[in-house]
Amino acid sequence: MREKLQQIQEEALIKIKECSTSQMLDEIRVKYLGKKGELTSILRGMGQLSPEERPIVGKIANEVRETIENAIEQAKYDIKQKEKNIRLSMETIDVTMPGKKNKLGGLHPLTKALDEIKEIFIGMGFSIAEGPEVELDYYNFEALNIPKNHPARDEQDTFYINQNVVLRTQTSPVQIRVMENKKPPIRIIAPGRVYRSDTADATHSPIFHQVEGLVIDKGITMASLKGTLDAFAKRMFGEKTRTKFRPHHFPFTEPSAEVDVSCFVCDGLGCRVCKGSGWIEILGCGMVHPDVLRAGGIDPEVYSGFAFGLGLERIVMIKYGIDDIRLFYENDVRFLKQF
Amino acid sequence: MKVPFNWLLEYVDINKDINEVAEKLTLTGSKVEEVIEKGKEIDRVVTGKIIKTEKHPNADKLTICQVDVKDEVLQIVTGADNIKEGDIVPVALHGSTLPGGVKIKKGKLRGAESNGMLCSEAELGLADEDSVHGIMILSEDTPIGVDIKEILGLNGGVIDFEITSNRADCFSIYGIARETAASFGCELKKLDLSFKENNENISDYLKVEVQTPLCRRYMAKMIKNIKIGPSPEWMQAKLQEAGVRPINNVVDITNYVMLELGQPLHAFDYNNIEGNKIIVKMASDEKFTTLDGVERQLDNSMIVISDAEKTVAVAGVMGGQNSEVTESTNTIVLESANFDGVTTRLSSKKLGLRTEASSRFEKDLDPNLVEIAVNRACHLFETLGVGEVVGGVIDIYSNKLEPHYVRVSPKWINDFLGTNINVEDMVKMLNRLEMEVEVKDELIIKVPTFRQDVKIKEDVAEEIARLYGYDIIPTQKIVGEAVEAEITKEQKMIETVKRTMVASSLYEALTYSFYSPKVFDKINISKDSELRNAINIANPLGEDFSIMRTTLIPSMLEAMQRNILRDNKEVGLFEIGKVYLNIGKDLPDERYKLCVAIAGDVDFYNLKGIIENLIEALSVDKAEFERETNNPIFHPGRCAKLLVRKKNAGVLGEVHPDVLENYDLETRVYIAEIDLPTLFEAAKLDKKYKPLPKYPAVLRDMALLVKDEVEVKKIEDIMLKQGKGIIEEIRLFDVYKGKQIPEGFKSVAYSIIYRAEDRTLTDEEINKVHNSIVKELEEKLDAKLR
Repeated sequence: MREKLQQIQEEALIKIKECSTSQMLDEIRVKYLGKKGELTSILRGMGQLSPEERPIVGKIANEVRETIENAIEQAKYDIKQKEKNIRLSMETIDVTMPGKKNKLGGLHPLTKALDEIKEIFIGMGFSIAEGPEVELDYYNFEALNIPKNHPARDEQDTFYINQNVVLRTQTSPVQIRVMENKKPPIRIIAPGRVYRSDTADATHSPIFHQVEGLVIDKGITMASLKGTLDAFAKRMFGEKTRTKFRPHHFPFTEPSAEVDVSCFVCDGLGCRVCKGSGWIEILGCGMVHPDVLRAGGIDPEVYSGFAFGLGLERIVMIKYGIDDIRLFYENDVRFLKQF
Repeated sequence: MKVPFNWLLEYVDINKDINEVAEKLTLTGSKVEEVIEKGKEIDRVVTGKIIKTEKHPNADKLTICQVDVKDEVLQIVTGADNIKEGDIVPVALHGSTLPGGVKIKKGKLRGAESNGMLCSEAELGLADEDSVHGIMILSEDTPIGVDIKEILGLNGGVIDFEITSNRADCFSIYGIARETAASFGCELKKLDLSFKENNENISDYLKVEVQTPLCRRYMAKMIKNIKIGPSPEWMQAKLQEAGVRPINNVVDITNYVMLELGQPLHAFDYNNIEGNKIIVKMASDEKFTTLDGVERQLDNSMIVISDAEKTVAVAGVMGGQNSEVTESTNTIVLESANFDGVTTRLSSKKLGLRTEASSRFEKDLDPNLVEIAVNRACHLFETLGVGEVVGGVIDIYSNKLEPHYVRVSPKWINDFLGTNINVEDMVKMLNRLEMEVEVKDELIIKVPTFRQDVKIKEDVAEEIARLYGYDIIPTQKIVGEAVEAEITKEQKMIETVKRTMVASSLYEALTYSFYSPKVFDKINISKDSELRNAINIANPLGEDFSIMRTTLIPSMLEAMQRNILRDNKEVGLFEIGKVYLNIGKDLPDERYKLCVAIAGDVDFYNLKGIIENLIEALSVDKAEFERETNNPIFHPGRCAKLLVRKKNAGVLGEVHPDVLENYDLETRVYIAEIDLPTLFEAAKLDKKYKPLPKYPAVLRDMALLVKDEVEVKKIEDIMLKQGKGIIEEIRLFDVYKGKQIPEGFKSVAYSIIYRAEDRTLTDEEINKVHNSIVKELEEKLDAKLR
């Protein structure tokens, strides 16, 4: 009987080795270890053995069963690995082929730049104000210290709806509207469309965007104006940016200034963008003129303030090297996709 | 304004480079447009005398000249026809350089050797190509063999300033010199205003009458025995550098003084002044021919100068041909006057004639400058030997302008600027601007009459700030109460709209706010449509830009057209922009609209999906879509309106083929226009958390056979109504027509998801509801379960 068991084991192990699928292994399990299997039928004959022999043969039989079972498991595992490897190698793809993409959308470059500006000023405690684009002459000019026949009216070619209504030439009228509706402290920026009757060409557009700023409180000084705009320039154009305040004239501020930033393309060394000067003019500003404060119903003996205005298109054009302002309003997706 | 640097240096003693001066003046408030250094490039150009000329044997139009340049005699060929033997001319030698980096080398012209080039004013960069004729002829006493830059004073370069409207005093070289002196803290030299006059009296020759207060001052001097001729070369060169063309000695002197002092002068030929009388008055409606030979229409808003019979000049703008100084002029009346700025500006605008004179008068000049200028001119007439100054002066000046006073405390200035400047320094700075200061508790500042722009204490603060240096003023954070930034609900919602549009693969467009009234025909809308009631621009840039838009659709179609015609076929755009609705008030209703357009491999449902996403993103309450068959912009069978809380909030659909044709489009385009205020009214930004379901859902499918014209919305409404609150979601997963479906019918298949919040639903419960749905559908819509 012992020999028989040895024989079965050897036979089974050889057959297991010959198996190439897990199905074949299952058949072998049935053949040897199943209820009607060879090993089982031998064990059934154990009753004929002597009581001394019985435990010895039983032990051997169990060993044989274990050996066969282990061999089947091992073989199954090997086959699985092999099958997996075959599948993996068959599934190889060309990873250099293009990816599958969802179509992207995007914001207009002017919106993106404006969002950046808004974020900077909101961080400094500014709110966003808005005003009408079709505006009363009073708000666009008179209240801003630009009476009828003032030469500054000639400098801004104005679209008129009628004698008293214009398309605003600047975002500054929002200053007056905010003052009329809000008590100091005031800290706002007012972005929006403005209009000048310039025929469109590479550098002119009858419609463009400005961002107005206004701060009014007790104790606002020219130093706070400089501090605020310097901080803005550094966040907008990089920490290394320097600012230069040049005296200028605007009817609605006194003192007034124009602000240059060190060229963010060449770091102020001089290049084509800054025309060799190292500086780029970005905005106009000044201390709010007392007549303007009065027009807004604010007492200039108690409060002071500063205001500024910057042209959005100009900044975006310089930043991206865009050479034609008309591109902003043509809406060619090949242009819009680049930002 | 162009300021020749050497001319500037005649009034201030500074040892600085032109660029340093330009930079400094920029920082003290005189904005420099450009530093032009034309002369810098000129090299090896000298004066030479033409000693012999002969015709070129092989070319009719060329002349061979022998030119003496002191060390040698050079043969030079020229094409100019204005030269003769004895002329002294600028000669560019072999190896010389002209402005623009042009190199001159010797060579042969039609076989004749040429060892250089004779130069014109244009070639030396002194004048425009079209304003010169031939070679520049220098005066007879010019030394030869001398560097031309020395002769013409070209060494200095020119600074071009932008003069702001408040600083009429800076519209002159002397005014800029005053700023230069104040900026560098050096002395400003006095002008020589002295002259000799004869012992006659002008009143024996001339009477002047001023009939309008818009002429604040009128001064006249007379010069007789005039020898008309060219002005000296140094004067011509300075005028040219400053951008003014030399004409003759009389006109050149008036222009010279105007550039120097900023006070325009005018010279009349005395022989053409009838009745020995000058009258300053308002014009009548008349025709008048100005110096430039153009006949112009005058009216009673303009000031004119006339004699006893006729108009001789438009005051402050331009003189007339009838009294012009000519070759034969012997005696002149020299006018130095002050005219009202606004009147001059409006006259100049009406006449379409902006001159050096009008651009100065329109800034409102100082009437006290009139006298300084007339004396300076007389000084030049006399010392240059142009004529004899007649004794006496006529000066009509009824309201003499006196210096005014501004009071301000030094502490206020420092508090306003955020500085700590001491009083002595403030006084010094103001003194440099010719302002006298009395120091008491306050500074009492006497402001000279040429600084009418300094009126209030803020103006004084600016004067001090700019001389102190804007760059030295410290930078500070805003002090005071902290202010919290507020972002309004509307601003937040607009951000949400943008985010949702970008997430729907759309690019943002920006289009003009105005367009042509013709667009309404292009988009097919009826003649009486409310959209046509637009705000008109009174002075548009042409009809194409003449009305404020009332809908974004035409601009959007144009953007789509541009893209599709440029072969960007798969295109999706959105714009958030204002429309301007005429509501019969002073100002229109400006409302934000959202416009979405898509084309390419898309259909109506892609567009609707975008709008549905938006409704979800904004949590819009009670939004529904309803069929719209009457909107002429859209395909009658493929258009819906959006209702929000039963209010019309917009429209979406496939653009009508007629409209597409009007825009030359052969592809279908889908457009939506949504009224954002209406949408926002029903939107909720504050989202609430709803617990995730605790009890299982049960899914039941239902396929129905209904007539074609039954809209799925009707089916869904019945499902929800019969659902008794246990329907969580209805999903339409198939609409089928064709095989096995009778003609005129369609099969619609749904998954209905049942769930209760508080219990597990039993089969029995669901069956009851489900069956009642089926029953209701059969009854109401004649639907059959498949």
